[in-house]
Amino acid sequence: MLSALDIFLQQLVNGLTIGMIYALIALGYTLVYGIVQLINFAHGEIFMVGAYLGLLACLTLKGLFLGKGGAVLLMILVFCFAMSGTALLALLIERFAYRPLRDAPRLAPLITAIGVSFLLQNAVMLFFGPSDKSFPGLIPVTRVQLGVVSVTNLQILIAVVSVVLMTLLHFYVKNTKTGKAMRALADDRQAASLVGIHVNRVVAMAFLLGSALAGAGGVMFGMYYNTINFHDGYLAGLKAFTAAVLGGIGNIPGAMVGGILMGVLESLGAGYISSEWKNVFAFFILIVILLFRPSGILGERVVKKV
Amino acid sequence: MSRRKKRKVPLTRLFLEYRFFFLILVAFLFPLVDRNPYHVDVLVTAGVFMLLAAGLHVIVGYAGVLNLGYAALFAIGAYTFALLNLHWKISFWMGLGASAFTTALFGMLLVFPVLRLTGDYLAIVTLGAGEIVRIALNNMDSLTGGPNGLLGIEHPSLPFTHYSFGVDSAPYYYLILLLVLLVVFTLCRLESSRLGRAWVALREDELAASSMGINPAWVKLSAFGIGGFVAGLAGCFFAAKQGTISPDSFDFVVSVTVLAMVVLGGLGNIYGALLGAFILSLLPEFLRGFEIYRMLLFGLALILMMLFRPQGILGEARRN
Amino acid sequence: MKSLAEFPVLKVENVTKNFGGVSALSRVSFSVHHGQILSLIGPNGAGKTTLFNCVTGLAHSDEGDLYFGDLLINRLLPHEITAKGIARTFQTIRLFKQMTVLENVMVGAHSRSRAGLWGALLKSRWVRLEERKLTLHAQRLLDFFGLAGKAHECAANLSYGHQRKLEIARALASAPKLLLLDEPAAGMNPKEKEELLVLLRTIRDRGITLLLIEHDMRVVMPISDRVVVLDGGKKIAEGTPKEIQNNPRVIEAYLGRRGPE
Repeated sequence: MLSALDIFLQQLVNGLTIGMIYALIALGYTLVYGIVQLINFAHGEIFMVGAYLGLLACLTLKGLFLGKGGAVLLMILVFCFAMSGTALLALLIERFAYRPLRDAPRLAPLITAIGVSFLLQNAVMLFFGPSDKSFPGLIPVTRVQLGVVSVTNLQILIAVVSVVLMTLLHFYVKNTKTGKAMRALADDRQAASLVGIHVNRVVAMAFLLGSALAGAGGVMFGMYYNTINFHDGYLAGLKAFTAAVLGGIGNIPGAMVGGILMGVLESLGAGYISSEWKNVFAFFILIVILLFRPSGILGERVVKKV
Repeated sequence: MSRRKKRKVPLTRLFLEYRFFFLILVAFLFPLVDRNPYHVDVLVTAGVFMLLAAGLHVIVGYAGVLNLGYAALFAIGAYTFALLNLHWKISFWMGLGASAFTTALFGMLLVFPVLRLTGDYLAIVTLGAGEIVRIALNNMDSLTGGPNGLLGIEHPSLPFTHYSFGVDSAPYYYLILLLVLLVVFTLCRLESSRLGRAWVALREDELAASSMGINPAWVKLSAFGIGGFVAGLAGCFFAAKQGTISPDSFDFVVSVTVLAMVVLGGLGNIYGALLGAFILSLLPEFLRGFEIYRMLLFGLALILMMLFRPQGILGEARRN
Repeated sequence: MKSLAEFPVLKVENVTKNFGGVSALSRVSFSVHHGQILSLIGPNGAGKTTLFNCVTGLAHSDEGDLYFGDLLINRLLPHEITAKGIARTFQTIRLFKQMTVLENVMVGAHSRSRAGLWGALLKSRWVRLEERKLTLHAQRLLDFFGLAGKAHECAANLSYGHQRKLEIARALASAPKLLLLDEPAAGMNPKEKEELLVLLRTIRDRGITLLLIEHDMRVVMPISDRVVVLDGGKKIAEGTPKEIQNNPRVIEAYLGRRGPE
């Protein structure tokens, strides 16, 4: 018989898993907002496209790989395909839809972002159909008992992949030239461009990285829930955005913390309150943070221009 | 320079000078000329959207706040009248006022706590608020009828007579025409006032506007109040005409559609909003085969608009 | 009632402002007295505009106090500060480009009028009177600046020099007691700078206290009663223009880091 603590811990573990995925998506929002102060409305859709690209890769390549080692290789290829696909898509969007509007009044890029979001959502819907699509399992799921909670190997996989990706990103931003340039741009765009930083390239890189992460998140989402729908991007996107704001928009560790927190809160909320109001939950949290602590838990990192 | 102007005024010039008069005349005569009830009905829907676009344009075009949850205010207007009518037999005419003021109040209450946020965050909050309202309407079955909505709402009837509007389109047409004209007249009046100037200043440059002594919070609040008021009118009309309402009619897509109308016509230009509403309402009628592509094209249209003509069809040219 | 003679119009006391690790202002103190013209000079990035922002409420000082007369204005919002009697222009022109010249000035007087939402809707008699008064007030200001002929033109169509003038006119519309001008001479030719000096003196003669940020010494020296020099967020010198010119620390601060003349 499961005790209350056991149930709680189990929900916690589930929440951590989905939280990792939210964190990956949230990083995309935060990277972009930190540098260009744009809420990339279409980012949730990028995540969704990642899931569908993963699906496409799975279906196309599934027959080619047999045997144990083949599954791992297949998975790697699926990830690569999805991630490069989303990265490329993001680059195109940034180049043709957002960049021309970089100095336009605030309203314009926001509206464009909504337009891109609609475009992607409906393009996927028209291409793949409006009904749920089942995402094939790439690896057989086994349960492992860790003390009082049971964890699937899939959950462990998601956690590991997420942590690896986030660590790589953190390393990138901290140590590479472009990464440092990103931070410089986030602090003061004018000064940064005066120092010779190629603003366009750095912005494009931010989009690329954020979207690759979202793509990975999409694949893992598909693997975890086994069904995907063109509407998933909207919901996950909003939750991830809430996570980014929760952790402090523009703040990279904040996005990670926020994502995990969102996942945990959502899981606990669904378990203890009701799963119907699950989606409203995210909005409530968002509004509450914006009301009482708009700079988020770890503090926002956005240049305030006067 | 001493030549005397010819007395004869060419017809085209006459048309341009009194264009509004002519437009209104044409609008007035339309149902009498074109007897097809379906056509009239389409125009009634267009009229509702024109009201909504006018209201949203105050919020977006003047206060410069991107409101992504306008459909929620539309819904509140509709449900307010529906509930008043079903439970207390409140007539349509009283309902108009009640809906309008209630929705205005809601609009202001919803935005009040988050006024000091910058535009981007405010936009997201409006989106969230819109969704919360819709989900709430969907789930509060006892009050709102849940996903099935409310049925049996009374149609309007002319006061002091027994004439009920029923399902005939024509009386609704004239009613919505009247409402649109009233709203447009009132908004134009507001534009050339201290508040109107404050609105435009705020939209252009919030920082500079606040340095001029304009309180951004109050100006935004009033914009949401006006926007809410108009949405309430539209909602009440919609509920009375349809007879039944459900949360499906008030989703995010509606919010974005109205936004697209305002953007298409030209931000900050009320005639632009009306034109955008007119075009986007009628377009589906002409693109019959392309139903499924509608949302795709909407998205594309928004992107292209912002890239190539962000000021909309009519531009932001302030009317005289 | 505040007696102007008792309190300085503006008192900046140990104002400190940090931006994420960077010290933009560090314990800056000075005062401006009624009818004075005080110029704030210093190399780029010295913190001058930040100080303006702290005074006008666009930024909040982390430490220190700001007094307008006997009123502590630290935590006031920008529109409240304007209502109290402080007006400003901006380093980059922030006119309302889509409004006409006249409307820009009328907006400047927003804090001096009262008509609200109901007034706009009902257009009652007092509202219409107020509008008329506002229009006249604005037109008079435009006359003073020589912009009357362009009253109904779009602000975006004005020449650069005219736009700068319009910004000052707009700031004056709120009938301020203290006027902050952020680089008013930027981009002007010598003739325009001469006109500006005359203008500033006339404004001062009308009883308005002036606080200037300026890089051009040919504007600062002739007109200032006092000069405060900032460098790296700290005040490094204060005195009459003559004293500042000969101050070795000031000269050192500018050597190799000359701002645009």
